[in-house]
Amino acid sequence: MKSNYSTDEKVFNGINVIFMIFFLAIIALPLWNIVALSFNDATDAIKGGIYFWPRQFSLESYYTVFEDPAIYKAFVISVMKTLIGVVLHTIINALVAYGMSRKDLIGRKVYMQMGVIAMFVNGGMIPTFLLFKSLGLLNNFWVYIIPVLFSFYDMVIMMNFFRGIPYSLEESAMMDGANPLTIFVKIILPLSLPVLATIALFHGVYQWNDYMVANIYVDNRDLYPLQMLLYRIVSENLSPAVATGTNVVRNTTSQSLQLATMVVTTVPVVIIYPFLQKYFIQGMTLGGVKE
Amino acid sequence: MANNSEARAARRQKRLTKFKNQSMYQLMVWPGVLLLIVFNFIPMYGIIIAFKDYSVLGTIAEADWVGLEYFREFLSDRMFWNVMRNTLGISFFKLLLGFPAAILLAVMINELVNEKLKKLVQTISYLPHFLSWVILGGMFITWLSETGLVNNILMDLNLVENPIRFLTDPNKYWAIAVISDIWKEIGWNTILYIAAMTGINPALYEAAKIDGASKLQQIFKITIPSIRHIIALTFVLSVGGLLGSNLDQTLVLQNSVNYQASEVINSYVYKMGIQLGDFSYATAVGLFVSVFSLILVVVSHWFTKKLSDESVF
Repeated sequence: MKSNYSTDEKVFNGINVIFMIFFLAIIALPLWNIVALSFNDATDAIKGGIYFWPRQFSLESYYTVFEDPAIYKAFVISVMKTLIGVVLHTIINALVAYGMSRKDLIGRKVYMQMGVIAMFVNGGMIPTFLLFKSLGLLNNFWVYIIPVLFSFYDMVIMMNFFRGIPYSLEESAMMDGANPLTIFVKIILPLSLPVLATIALFHGVYQWNDYMVANIYVDNRDLYPLQMLLYRIVSENLSPAVATGTNVVRNTTSQSLQLATMVVTTVPVVIIYPFLQKYFIQGMTLGGVKE
Repeated sequence: MANNSEARAARRQKRLTKFKNQSMYQLMVWPGVLLLIVFNFIPMYGIIIAFKDYSVLGTIAEADWVGLEYFREFLSDRMFWNVMRNTLGISFFKLLLGFPAAILLAVMINELVNEKLKKLVQTISYLPHFLSWVILGGMFITWLSETGLVNNILMDLNLVENPIRFLTDPNKYWAIAVISDIWKEIGWNTILYIAAMTGINPALYEAAKIDGASKLQQIFKITIPSIRHIIALTFVLSVGGLLGSNLDQTLVLQNSVNYQASEVINSYVYKMGIQLGDFSYATAVGLFVSVFSLILVVVSHWFTKKLSDESVF
């Protein structure tokens, strides 16, 4: 194919490609370095000098991580809070958004104003802590779910989407005697999969990654999600065995176990990530258009 | 008179019927309103403990009023000003370097001719955004350790003789916080810009090419001006977040040696309030900072509006 680019463009494109390859290396290679390190023999890794391939291959760290009951327990908590959180968050926000998508809803203006105020003003960390305490949410699994059940921002994104669905569809269903809830479940939801997936994805990533809720409101180790356990391991530079109180006999170091735990925690995100890419780009632009 | 009240009664009756007709929709909305009231508005009432001598043992209503005592206390505290300086300093450099860097990267990605490479760059560069600060913090600690990746490279290239102790040197903390944050978020921050750029009319570029405009001229005369609204929007939002410096990042990268340089408002409030139980003091600091942030948003909004209406764009 004969190129129809001018010299100026060719030079620009060439520089651009070189720049991008350099940029990709800066993002990807350090991440790969962690993977390589985590598969290296623990005591050997401390000597340094490992770049992108293990020097002495070893799975000891991974065996230890998978055998650790505390890590297993934290994994279950993480999965549960992500699944339950995503399902409830998406349902509640979709319901509210559908109600709010009716322009003639009595009180709609007040509800919207309340939501906007809540986006810009909040009580802050300590008053929120005191509220959670009086609600009995401290050291309670539901502290992960209930306070973030409703998000005004997510609700508005859904509401705008629902508005784009032709009203004639609802009207004809109503004439057939369907009530609003039936219409919502049978007509609106099936047509709204892109926006539902977007909101579910963002909330899922938040739930999987968050450790601050556990850090502030939860002392009970049985309720720690994986990220919180990892935070304690990293910030206190403990080996997982010390943080979780199990005995380790294998050849591992605190660093090697941290690395293995990090990789294990990251893998679920990396696996689902490429499939969902189209949705989060959509989500970002939906949010941007709104404002 | 009689007519008037009759009309009013009829109106009320009509409104009531309307309300009954839409009761199902109301029922759908109320859970959201209730959650909003409980988790967003009730904590606002708790702010008054900033002006009271509150301890965990009593209730908020019973606590004695102390006026602005806590504000006086932290405003005369050297630690507070140190924390303020760290917060503003780190956030300022994040904004100064990270904000234009994301725009530049978006332009470069947008200009990529090879669609496969474009897709690859986007996929890889968005990835760090999805990793939590716990994970990335742990990774940065590993890379920056004395036998880690960065020191390996520096020593193999003979740039340094002895490994640099990055995280235990307070003088290096700001740079680490700024660079690690940009590394994590730069790709993600391009999404809105790239989306806006795809909406630019290609005829503009063709016309510019015919007029002999160079690639750089096209970028600065067409691409950037076309997305100025989205740039202004993200700028206002970033300025509003200047004082909300990243708590997740700080708690992970902080240690007992670098803490003079790493303590920021949020981590300070967390420590004073949650860990030490000094609720009133921590709330006062938090309130001061929120009010300050709100002012920053309003001012920067006003400023960008003025700028984008009257400037050369």
